[in-house]
Amino acid sequence: MNAPERPASARPAGDTRPLHKALPHDAAPLHVTGAARYVDDIPTPAGTLHLAFGLSTIARGDIARMDLAPVLSAPGVVDVLTALDLPAANDVSPAAHDEPLLSDGRVHYHGQALFLVIADSHLAARRAARLAGIAYDEAPPVLTIDEALAAGAFIEEPREWTKGDADDAIAAAPRRVQGRIEIGGQEHFYLEGQAALALPQEGGDMHVISSTQHPTEIQHKVAEALGLPMAAVRVEVRRMGGGFGGKESQGNALAVACAVAARATGRPCKMRYDRDDDMVITGKRHDFRIDYRAGFDAEGRILGVIFEQFARCGWSQDLSPAIADRAMLHADNAYDLPAARIVSHRLRTNTASATAFRGFGGPQGILGMERVIDHIAADLGRDPLKVRQRNYYPNHTAPRRGLTPYHMEVQDSVIDEITEELAESARYAERRAAIAAWNAQNPILKRGIALTPVKFGISFTLSHLNQAGALVHVYQDGSIHLNHGGTEMGQGLFLKVAQVAADVFGQPLEAVKITATDTAKVPNTSATAASSGSDLNGMAAHAACVAIRDRLVGFLAQEHQCDPSAIRFRDGRVAVDGQDLSFPEVIDRAYRARISLSATGFYRTPDLEWDRLRGHGRPFYYFAYGAAVSEVVIDTLTGENRILRADLLHDVGRSLNPALDIGQLEGGFVQGAGWLTTEELVWDGAGRLRTHAPSTYKIPACGDRPGVFNVALWKKGRARARTIHRSKAVGEPPLMLGISVFLALSQAVAACGDGTRYPALDAPATPERVLWAVRRMREGRA
Amino acid sequence: MGATGIAADDIMGIRFLLNGKPRDVVTSPTTTLLDWLREEAGLCGTKEGCNEGDCGACTIMVSRPGPDGRMEHRALNACILFMPQLQGAAVRTVEGIAGPDGTLHPVQEAMIAHHASQCGFCTPGFVVSMAVAHANGVRADDDTLAGNLCRCTGYAPIIRAAEAAAGAPVPEWMTVDAGALTTPGGGGKPVAGAFLPGSEDELAAWYAGNPGATLVAGATDVGLWVTKQLRRIGPLAFVAGAADMRYIRIEGGEVHVGAASTLSDLHAFMAGQHPDFAELIRRYGSVQVRNAATIGGNIANGSPIGDGPPALIALGATLHLRHGDRRRSLPLEDFFLDYGVQDRAPGELVTGLSFPLQPDRLRCYKLSKRFDQDISAVCGAFNLEIEGDEVTEARIAFGGMAATPRRAVATEAALRGAPWSDETIRRAQAALEEDFAPISDMRASAAYRREAARGMLTRLYAETRLGTGFTRILEVQP
Repeated sequence: MNAPERPASARPAGDTRPLHKALPHDAAPLHVTGAARYVDDIPTPAGTLHLAFGLSTIARGDIARMDLAPVLSAPGVVDVLTALDLPAANDVSPAAHDEPLLSDGRVHYHGQALFLVIADSHLAARRAARLAGIAYDEAPPVLTIDEALAAGAFIEEPREWTKGDADDAIAAAPRRVQGRIEIGGQEHFYLEGQAALALPQEGGDMHVISSTQHPTEIQHKVAEALGLPMAAVRVEVRRMGGGFGGKESQGNALAVACAVAARATGRPCKMRYDRDDDMVITGKRHDFRIDYRAGFDAEGRILGVIFEQFARCGWSQDLSPAIADRAMLHADNAYDLPAARIVSHRLRTNTASATAFRGFGGPQGILGMERVIDHIAADLGRDPLKVRQRNYYPNHTAPRRGLTPYHMEVQDSVIDEITEELAESARYAERRAAIAAWNAQNPILKRGIALTPVKFGISFTLSHLNQAGALVHVYQDGSIHLNHGGTEMGQGLFLKVAQVAADVFGQPLEAVKITATDTAKVPNTSATAASSGSDLNGMAAHAACVAIRDRLVGFLAQEHQCDPSAIRFRDGRVAVDGQDLSFPEVIDRAYRARISLSATGFYRTPDLEWDRLRGHGRPFYYFAYGAAVSEVVIDTLTGENRILRADLLHDVGRSLNPALDIGQLEGGFVQGAGWLTTEELVWDGAGRLRTHAPSTYKIPACGDRPGVFNVALWKKGRARARTIHRSKAVGEPPLMLGISVFLALSQAVAACGDGTRYPALDAPATPERVLWAVRRMREGRA
Repeated sequence: MGATGIAADDIMGIRFLLNGKPRDVVTSPTTTLLDWLREEAGLCGTKEGCNEGDCGACTIMVSRPGPDGRMEHRALNACILFMPQLQGAAVRTVEGIAGPDGTLHPVQEAMIAHHASQCGFCTPGFVVSMAVAHANGVRADDDTLAGNLCRCTGYAPIIRAAEAAAGAPVPEWMTVDAGALTTPGGGGKPVAGAFLPGSEDELAAWYAGNPGATLVAGATDVGLWVTKQLRRIGPLAFVAGAADMRYIRIEGGEVHVGAASTLSDLHAFMAGQHPDFAELIRRYGSVQVRNAATIGGNIANGSPIGDGPPALIALGATLHLRHGDRRRSLPLEDFFLDYGVQDRAPGELVTGLSFPLQPDRLRCYKLSKRFDQDISAVCGAFNLEIEGDEVTEARIAFGGMAATPRRAVATEAALRGAPWSDETIRRAQAALEEDFAPISDMRASAAYRREAARGMLTRLYAETRLGTGFTRILEVQP
């Protein structure tokens, strides 16, 4: 395996500055020894009770009768709650108030929570939950996109955004393609399942420990469910065992269940889903259908595109409106479309409510656009890379600005530069030719290669969410306590923010104590989502640290009768007008002088202005850019396929921590490739998910990563926007680099034909889908 | 409640070493090691990711003397490991991988240095898998780690860590358990709640008297009856103690395999005899699963999608059964009667199988959504004798094509005595339609299964011809 370009962990001798260093994850020593605590590892008080939901066994209908006597009398059961037993609100939805914690009599999907078992052990609760006698009045479920369209089942009105007149442009174009791509969903498969623990406090207050990306929302929903003000509820999150968007809203039900059970029993209550339950109950990435029409010239320059996106949202709204919006916002990907119309249908089905998943609709939107490029290239018999480059947004240095279909100027595009560098370093053209020669010699196996770009918009599109807070204390001994609203799910956010904080004080990283996210310390936080974690919380923590440092500078300047500019915090020391002081010494003096050593920090992203109904404005502060080249091989007898090599080049601006950022690239790519290859969600005709365990739902295993995997950060990267130390968000964008694998598969399938037909591969490209596509190519039924 | 009044909820005493310290534990025989570690022992480093042996987050190391008397270190999934299976063993969890004074193991150091943990939840399992391979001197990282799923890193940094740690010496604390191990063993005495036989004779006698009992070998299937179906099973007999059922030997022109041989044992043997079979075993279970699962269990559970039976049927295997002192044998393919129905009387146990020692002609094609550790949509095993240009003998069996693993009788007939040609392959492919009417499920459609099975014949033919280029996707290099 080629060693990827990767910064070493070791710092240069004598350099203690923590910024821009490839420091290992702050919790790595705890991870590798098993000492890192997740919710289910926290020692619980004696008498803690355990919960399990009783789940519906039909997808749609009404509960005719619910006999819970066998549940109540099961060994270890303390109590059973139904909707009628809840003290206040019966709702765990993030916004629309359309998701009862426990069924109100209606059943909307297979696996919906009907009642709540409270027992003295996890196993006793699980056993008892299966004992209820439930009779239903069943109704035919609406499961597929076609069924939802036929039934007119939508979670909200369709959206339509336009730029120019796409119909006219396509009609006038020299050439046209049209087609459809079906795109499957994706299970998050965070290794730590959903979990929560509620500890009842005096006076009815509630302390909740949750595996969530959104502590404030947990606080909000628990408060509503208990009829308490938010101030009476405290939510804490030290870490999650993976989130990927699956813990943005899906933890609400467990936290609220624990809180109401703790209220009902007066005892601590803990709940975690068994893996199968987790996969059945919780939402996944939306599956999409995208219909497209495009007009273009003989060079492949696109003149107009029309997309019609159909998102299967499941039974409730959850975050689907914003997700479907983001799919529209990424329908252009990196391409300057002279005319475009994007229509989005948000379909309601009797399946688990689809939810946030890394990319948040962006991946589906981008895949739709990349399919169009691939189709155009096939129609013209050209290298798809040439068609891509022909249509890219102009470079930020070019006189002309590109304009997105939602009328935002693209001021920071570097996609052309990244593509050029990557095509060169990955020897794209040379390998493409070699693959063609290899394919001519190999009738059974075929290879394919593709380079795809990503342009991803950074900011929450619900503009008010783009805010963050931090709380920093410096204690008498000089130790620094750092807290902010972001949550740690493995991405290394806590470390990045600690690097920022340590740098302000000129201290080594070890001086900063990282602490659990806590709604009692920093209020009104946004979810750690939309790749925004370090952009927002890094800025907020920076502001808090600077506030304290400014007080220290003021104090020292007065004490030493020197100019503030003569005071420096660096290399672990404080230089004051020629004197060299230790940081603890300075802090001790400041404390004695009664200087406040605690501060909050706040940040809001500037320059956002967005009208989501019209599809007009500036929803994003900036864009992240990257590109990948993937090479694959397929077996034309079975459709089996494998990634041979991948080369990634991505712009993270000036990286706060190159090791963490490379980790996001590698992990995001493999997760994105999994989404489009082995990860297939299968529902049966009754609406039951048949792939509800790792035995049937296959995320990539170790051997599925590319055999050759070259991953690099773009050296020239600098955020043009005023971000924290000119770094760029990195959480989501690399997932979409995995799209190159899917397009490489499309190329390999195309190699089975005579060049006159287009493979029209659907996702995920399981062996079965690849084989049928190969057959279409060979039999001329494209 | 079983026939003898022994139920799974009864308790029994188990003695084993945990991270170097002796433990005497009284527990229900169906309590899993994972639950006991987390809920009773307060050791929460071992994680529950799936509770069915598919993700490896609960990987622990189990050591005990093997058939040759040397210590065997095995990675196993604690989530589907019942406490009685640990009788007399030494167990190391992630808490015991670092030294007693806190010194990190080389794989732990490497995992930190190479940024190989992100969320950290899968990490303890990876660390243990890597430490076991390190102790055993095994360097096939992709295979070692095929049973450990990570959702964050994309695996690349984990492999870099494994490579970096490979050269380091095995820390002394990883080897001390051998000295401290005593072997209490079951010795044929029923312990309250479960039977721990010391030999095949003891097991056969007990099982004949307790025909309603469940035999637990590796628990890679029975474990899920408990953790997923929440069944109460009992009475139980734990087969692993019957050491005389774990053997692979060549005798009288035949290969004899004891039912308690693990898939790891079979994998090692087949690597030298029938490499395609070895590769099939490598792919169908992770290291943790192969270390636990036995060939007897793989056959006795009668799964239509087990990958062992098609290959064994193609090799002409005979199955050996025993009821008390009565023994009988039958062709393996005749054992599988229908979905979930086997030719096995209550109280009758599979003792082993045998097949003729033969030149390697076996070709196995496993088809699944993921290459490693995935259940086959179709598994085809082909054993053809070709003399000159004529097929003189053909034994072909498939998994995933019917309600049981089954021989392709019509296909074999189309090949037997026919010239080895395109035309014959076409006829054999047509004959597959007579042999099988597969179903559609979450793994594949019926049409795809038929098409892929035909494709396997095409590949079989191509692999004997020149000029067909590459035929195996795993052999293509970047």
